[in-house]
Amino acid sequence: MKRIRTLTTKNLKQTMKKGGCGECQTSCQSACKTSCTVANQSCENK
Amino acid sequence: MVYQYIQNGYHIVLDVNSGSVHVVDKVVYDVISDYKEHSREDIAEAIRNKYPAEQLADADINEIFSEIEQCIGQGTLFTEDTYKKQITDYKKRDTYVKALCLHVAHDCNLACCYCFAGEGEYKGERSLMSYEVGKKALDFLVENSGNRINLEVDFFGGEPLMNFDTIKKLVAYGRSIEKEKRKNFRFTLTTNGVLLNKEVIDFLNKEMDNVVLSIDGRKEINDTMRPCKNGKGSYDLILSKIKETADSRKQQKYYVRGTFTHHNLDFDKDVLHLADEGFKQISVEPVVADPKEDYAILREDLPEIIKGYERLADELIKRKKEGNDFQFFHFMIDLEGGPCVYKRLSGCGSGTEYLAVTPQGDLYPCHQFVGQEEFLLGNVENGITNSKIRDMFKNCSVYAKEECADCFAKFYCSGGCAANAYYSHGDIHAVYELGCELQKKRVECAIMLKAAD
Ligand code: SF4
Ligand code: SF4
Repeated sequence: MKRIRTLTTKNLKQTMKKGGCGECQTSCQSACKTSCTVANQSCENK
Repeated sequence: MVYQYIQNGYHIVLDVNSGSVHVVDKVVYDVISDYKEHSREDIAEAIRNKYPAEQLADADINEIFSEIEQCIGQGTLFTEDTYKKQITDYKKRDTYVKALCLHVAHDCNLACCYCFAGEGEYKGERSLMSYEVGKKALDFLVENSGNRINLEVDFFGGEPLMNFDTIKKLVAYGRSIEKEKRKNFRFTLTTNGVLLNKEVIDFLNKEMDNVVLSIDGRKEINDTMRPCKNGKGSYDLILSKIKETADSRKQQKYYVRGTFTHHNLDFDKDVLHLADEGFKQISVEPVVADPKEDYAILREDLPEIIKGYERLADELIKRKKEGNDFQFFHFMIDLEGGPCVYKRLSGCGSGTEYLAVTPQGDLYPCHQFVGQEEFLLGNVENGITNSKIRDMFKNCSVYAKEECADCFAKFYCSGGCAANAYYSHGDIHAVYELGCELQKKRVECAIMLKAAD
């Protein structure tokens, strides 16, 4: 495409199929812990 | 749901439900914003009026529509939210505990003004966790973790290194049962740096998956908010120690983290100060405080903070080009990887998957609730006895909050912090609007940085 540059992203819909295993890290968002956006975490179930 | 914004000259179109990010030109940007509301003819007419004919031929207009249709066909634009039912069901499942915050010391050797733990004491007496209580906590975690293999244990305080001997023994105990129980402990520790020395650093490097080192940035900023007990600033005392720690970890698997307040809304300078001191992993975050405190962040501070994030994002682009970049934790986003939708929409897990343990062995939904009697869940001896509170936390997800349902940041934020919500509105299912504004800005910056890559 010439006018739309689409960045490579994980397709979120696909992750509904085998996701939800719960092995990933917990993700506190508050300032007193180093908080994170969930989106910077990694998936343990690749 | 589609969210559009312009930053740094990039026209960004985020298709929220699929997670797709498109960088487009300004005409496409305009067409997409009208796409759902108006007919093709009307949109074409409007952009013909807006852009001069020599810039935009009819062929271009056709091309724009065809590219947009292509995206829709590929499921990367105007996708629907099809997750609600599954996430709501998912939240009803039996949960297992996978992370503990061990408050090994309710005591501190600094006297930071904004400490939510009240200089380490959390509304209680100064106290240290005994080995016996800590051991029971680890046993509790193993027993309640179901099939989970990776278990996180964070040594927290107060200042955890004031109870270093117990930490060493607990790590040894954890390691001694890992194999037999088929678990893998990931230990982490958060420290103010005062007690770091060679022996401690060696131990941390051997055993800790991550170490969080607290410092606020510029000396005068750090020293105003992070004084020693004698009133003197802590900057000179800790800087060389945390540098040594960071270097000994090869600038990986650690963070320096600071807090900014109403007094340093130009916190981007503090971030850059830390970067200039050589730190590569940096996190500086807005304080959460009672609005009555003079250092609390106020609504009228938002424009200034937002400018700070923008300046920081620009500087990161510049430094990256120069080969001199660093990680700013809040701008890190993994578009190609990252967790599944279940994780993204179901919140931090406080009160269910993540619990805090006091020196006495009491269980609370998370470190921010420690000492709030009405949130006491049970203790490491008898487990969770107050299931009402647990179930209240279990419900937390993006779909439990009206504000989140329509928020473009929901897949990156997961519904905010229950403690912030509670302390600002008395309800863990509320949202903390100030925090939301900042969260959204950070997500915008993070995505813009990807567009600039
Ligand atoms: S409730 Fe807030 S402070 Fe507690 S674990 Fe969740 S995000 Fe962190
Ligand atoms: S930024 Fe606020 S409204 Fe948006 S998902 Fe997070 S908590 Fe919800």
